[in-house]
Amino acid sequence: MSSIKADVELDCRGLSCPLPVLKTKKTVDGMTSGQVLKLISTDPGSVNDIHAWTRRTGNELVNHEHGGDEYTFHIRKK
Amino acid sequence: MSDKQKKLVIIASKGTLDWAYPPFILASTAAAMDFKVVMFFTFYGLPLLMNKITAQVSPTGNPAMPMKMPFGFLEKFNLPIPNIMKSSVPGFEMMSTMLMKRTFNMKGVATIEELRSACVDSGARLLGCQMTMDVFGFKKEQFIPQAEIGGAATAIEEASDADISLFI
Repeated sequence: MSSIKADVELDCRGLSCPLPVLKTKKTVDGMTSGQVLKLISTDPGSVNDIHAWTRRTGNELVNHEHGGDEYTFHIRKK
Repeated sequence: MSDKQKKLVIIASKGTLDWAYPPFILASTAAAMDFKVVMFFTFYGLPLLMNKITAQVSPTGNPAMPMKMPFGFLEKFNLPIPNIMKSSVPGFEMMSTMLMKRTFNMKGVATIEELRSACVDSGARLLGCQMTMDVFGFKKEQFIPQAEIGGAATAIEEASDADISLFI
């Protein structure tokens, strides 16, 4: 769903666990409530990890999609 | 998401480069998931609090450790190295350490220093074991400034109301 407008983008291509989660946390901390982060990762483990992170922290995982080697997540800051 | 903040306590007791990773990976991730994090460094884990981390891999007596080249065609092969060679060839530990650091770097794994900084920046409590300091002759000045000093009672008190307690 490329129709979702992202306010901030975070490129985690090539990074392994736990860096995508750590960088997501740091980036979301710097955003304001309601803003949307677009995160791109190549780590297959990040699918479960980002789901877990959003559940735990209460931020909303708007959607995630998988194309080629890349995983794209849209996260709305609570 | 629950209302009460969760808490993770980790006792880090190992000091080789490979074993330095799990405590810092889990602690930094828990902190990123809004956990309160306490790390207690004891015995061989204590040097992980030092300003400069000098942890090395010790392949000797570590039979499950794959010896892999980080690049090239050798990456496909797991090379079993006999203990006699791991322990008697000069520089084998240094080479293993270099290979592991290089492989981790190529695979996009953070360094121990980066993960420790993430823990410190997120407000994790890092405790050094006083008894280990006395036994092995460490001074608080050798540790990062955020390190605190404590003993078993401090670790147990922290663990007593933790949601997750790990001994690594």
